[in-house]
Amino acid sequence: MKSAPHRDWRYVGLVALGGAGGSVARYLVSMWAGILLTPLTIAFPGASETILWFPVGTLVVNLVGAFALGYLLEALARRGRETVRRRKIRLGIGTGVLGGFTTYSALALEVQELLGQGMPWLALLYVTLTLAGGTATCLSGIALASRADRRREGR
Amino acid sequence: MLALLLVAVGGGLGAAARFVVDGEVRARHDGGFPWGTFVVNVSGSFLIGAFSTPFHTLTWYGVSPDVAHLVQFALTTGLCGGYTTFSTATVESVRLARSGRLRLALANTLGTLLVTVLAAAAGVAAGSLFV
Repeated sequence: MKSAPHRDWRYVGLVALGGAGGSVARYLVSMWAGILLTPLTIAFPGASETILWFPVGTLVVNLVGAFALGYLLEALARRGRETVRRRKIRLGIGTGVLGGFTTYSALALEVQELLGQGMPWLALLYVTLTLAGGTATCLSGIALASRADRRREGR
Repeated sequence: MLALLLVAVGGGLGAAARFVVDGEVRARHDGGFPWGTFVVNVSGSFLIGAFSTPFHTLTWYGVSPDVAHLVQFALTTGLCGGYTTFSTATVESVRLARSGRLRLALANTLGTLLVTVLAAAAGVAAGSLFV
């Protein structure tokens, strides 16, 4: 029997390489995403401390990553059987880059911290935006990939 | 620059670990529910909780605050961030829903959130034992 990809060190290395790149991108986004909150802190100066607690960096990477993975996997599935090249793209970009770009541990810790700080409503808002928004962006990614595929076929 | 290197190394190792753990769990539970991603996200959330405390522990044991901060950063943002994944969890829920298994999809979405938050809290409690 041919061994599964996760037992092949070359694929594991590919995932590690992608994960390194995706994680660096996540860190860079989370450093800058706080800027998105600035207009809100100016509009509501009284609540600015509460607003700055909102984990907008994690939200942004997770929504973008869910969109991109939905798009990528749908596009690959529509090309048909998985060739070696397509498997490398799926594992390197999908499992590696996008898996490393998005995070669940930060989401869990941030919700735990918001609850611990006595901000259950902010935690609820964060969770709702993440889960509903992630599902929506993922579905948009899938829809966009299938539309692009139909256009390609129709040519 | 050092921070970027630490995130890259930690995130790379984390992603590789996720790939292996997910594959091994998947090989044992080939059912409808995506247990591989679930196990990864729950264990990673416990670890990030536990790793969110060693900063104090390390400085108490004489490690300089700068180094302690970098170690913690490499373990949390790097390793745990690369290990856990939101995108795959979302795609798996969407796939379950699209194949008509709405209850499993909802169980995956809400169950993962609930259990990971509890795991993070348990991790914080476990990490605090060493301070």
